[in-house]
Amino acid sequence: MKKWKALSPQTRSDFITYGIVIAAFIVLRLLSAFGMLSNSLTGLLVPLCAYIIMAVSLNLTVGVLGELSLGHAGFMSVGAFSGVIACAGMESFIPNPIIRLLIAVVIGGVLAGITGFLIGIPVLRLRGDYLAIVTLAFGEIIKNIINCLYIGIDGAGLHISLVSSAELGLNSGRVVINGPVGAVGVQKISTFTFSFVLVMITLIVVLNIMRSRTGRAIMAVRDNRIAAESVGISITKYKMIAFITSAVLAGAAGVLFAMNYTSLSSSKFDFNQSILILVFVVLGGLGNIRGSIIATVILYLLPEILRPIQDYRMLIYSIVLIIVMLTTNSEKAKLYIGKIKARLTKKNAKGGEQGE
Amino acid sequence: MTFLNYLINGISLGSVYAIIALGYTMVYGIAKMLNFAHGDVIMVGAYISFIITSKMGLPAIVSVLAAVVVCTLLGIFIERLAYKPLRNATSLAVLITAIGVSYFLQNSALLIWGSDPKSFNSIVDFDSIKLFDGQLVITAEAIVTVCACIIIMIALTIFTGHTKMGKAMRAVSEDKGAAQLMGINVNSTISMTFAIGSALAAIAGVLLCSAYPTLLPTTGSMPGIKAFTAAVFGGIGSIPGAMIGGILLGVIEVFASAYISDKLSNAIVFGVLIIVLLVKPTGLLGRKINEKV
Repeated sequence: MKKWKALSPQTRSDFITYGIVIAAFIVLRLLSAFGMLSNSLTGLLVPLCAYIIMAVSLNLTVGVLGELSLGHAGFMSVGAFSGVIACAGMESFIPNPIIRLLIAVVIGGVLAGITGFLIGIPVLRLRGDYLAIVTLAFGEIIKNIINCLYIGIDGAGLHISLVSSAELGLNSGRVVINGPVGAVGVQKISTFTFSFVLVMITLIVVLNIMRSRTGRAIMAVRDNRIAAESVGISITKYKMIAFITSAVLAGAAGVLFAMNYTSLSSSKFDFNQSILILVFVVLGGLGNIRGSIIATVILYLLPEILRPIQDYRMLIYSIVLIIVMLTTNSEKAKLYIGKIKARLTKKNAKGGEQGE
Repeated sequence: MTFLNYLINGISLGSVYAIIALGYTMVYGIAKMLNFAHGDVIMVGAYISFIITSKMGLPAIVSVLAAVVVCTLLGIFIERLAYKPLRNATSLAVLITAIGVSYFLQNSALLIWGSDPKSFNSIVDFDSIKLFDGQLVITAEAIVTVCACIIIMIALTIFTGHTKMGKAMRAVSEDKGAAQLMGINVNSTISMTFAIGSALAAIAGVLLCSAYPTLLPTTGSMPGIKAFTAAVFGGIGSIPGAMIGGILLGVIEVFASAYISDKLSNAIVFGVLIIVLLVKPTGLLGRKINEKV
């Protein structure tokens, strides 16, 4: 206990975050061991983990680096489809699905990272809303290109075409990515335990970046670009570090996501998907990793909980979203909440403001 | 001749984008917010027009007027309810609220009008013009769209340049605080901007669905994103910029799908946008912002 108190508040907060995630995993495992989880809920666990990784990694770009990205699903898409191809290629000589998934995650992450680097060179020169629109544009371009992509695999290796699956000239093998239909015949090899490990790795990477010298430099760039530059921080370098890390993690999440479905279309990773993840991040709190996780769990499960009222669930979702944004950001609501808080505890006299 | 046909198609599609982009750019200029719900106002306008012509059997002009009125009221209502309380909040908070509004409009439309596609009857009822023995076809929709676009452009230029309200709008977009000190009612000016933007969205919705007659609750989202791109392309906040951006985007899109690849046309459009922004980071007609330390 003494040791615990000696830690800095930040470190303590990080360990609480790890603790929450581990505890949640153990509880879910126990519940499923006793058969208390419904089938539909069990099916949601892997995508939920993928979304958590997406939200945490996007928080690195939007919350920590302070640049609005509207194309995060694009990286997920790159990861997902390269992962599918990699897995299909390894099927013949790596029988163990977990090892195959692991290699696919690495390949997906690296390719998404390279994409992130290529996109980052032009994008990070821009600022504010212009940067946002270019990330949106890249997301749409990635979606569009994968939509026209036909990839087949046989004994001779990969066959790529931009026209049709007949153009591939396959003799024996099979089509892996079939244009607008997307990835077909994917083996479902993602498991909840593997997803949990990946979530933990993501958390360790992101939280450690944030608490390191690099993270402080990134936040300095966010808070005041000119001041940061004048004390010798290389803006481009730190922006790049944050952007690429975020892309790599999104790519890994994409592989995890793709390997949970038998087929997957590239239109799944569109603008709305990017926005969905952005909503998780903003509602969880910018720069607040634990908040991102909690917001993802609640918002991802909310439509599922509302399933009995099928027709109205997305309507309710949108109303909840608007009300939450209004109550947490409007000045009147803030004053009102502040009054209530002040009445409840004297401690809060300092105010919960953490700046922008 | 096919080239000319494509050019006319492109200008016609671009005019629709331009009308939508005007709404985006005016709202951005004055409220400094990306109004992602704008695309869904287009969809609402189109549905209103659809109900009035196809279900009630009233003439097309009535349906257009009704769509304009409903969308104007909707725009003011959305601004009052969702955006006004967030006047001083961070831009991200406003953005997410706008996305919430967008979801709300789409899902309300889904509940009211159902998910089955409606086939929209064109509001124009005269014939296409055929030139050079039918080699060059100018559709009636294209003529109406381009004319509407030119009229709107002229009207807006006169409005922002010569009327009291228009000058107030420019003042508010320049400096909100100073405008208020000069006795301009900032809130009503912003409401007015939303009203005009939404009215334009209604017109755009009707024109869009006359040319591409499938109507769905999600009809507005892709043209919305494209028009937003057009606004950025021309320099967001600039009215002539939105016009040029919209028309260029339409022409590029039609040419790309005709001459390069139908399936890759969106990728090419966005690719051109990226190149333009790299050369001119604030768009074609955008003002350069100097940063003060």
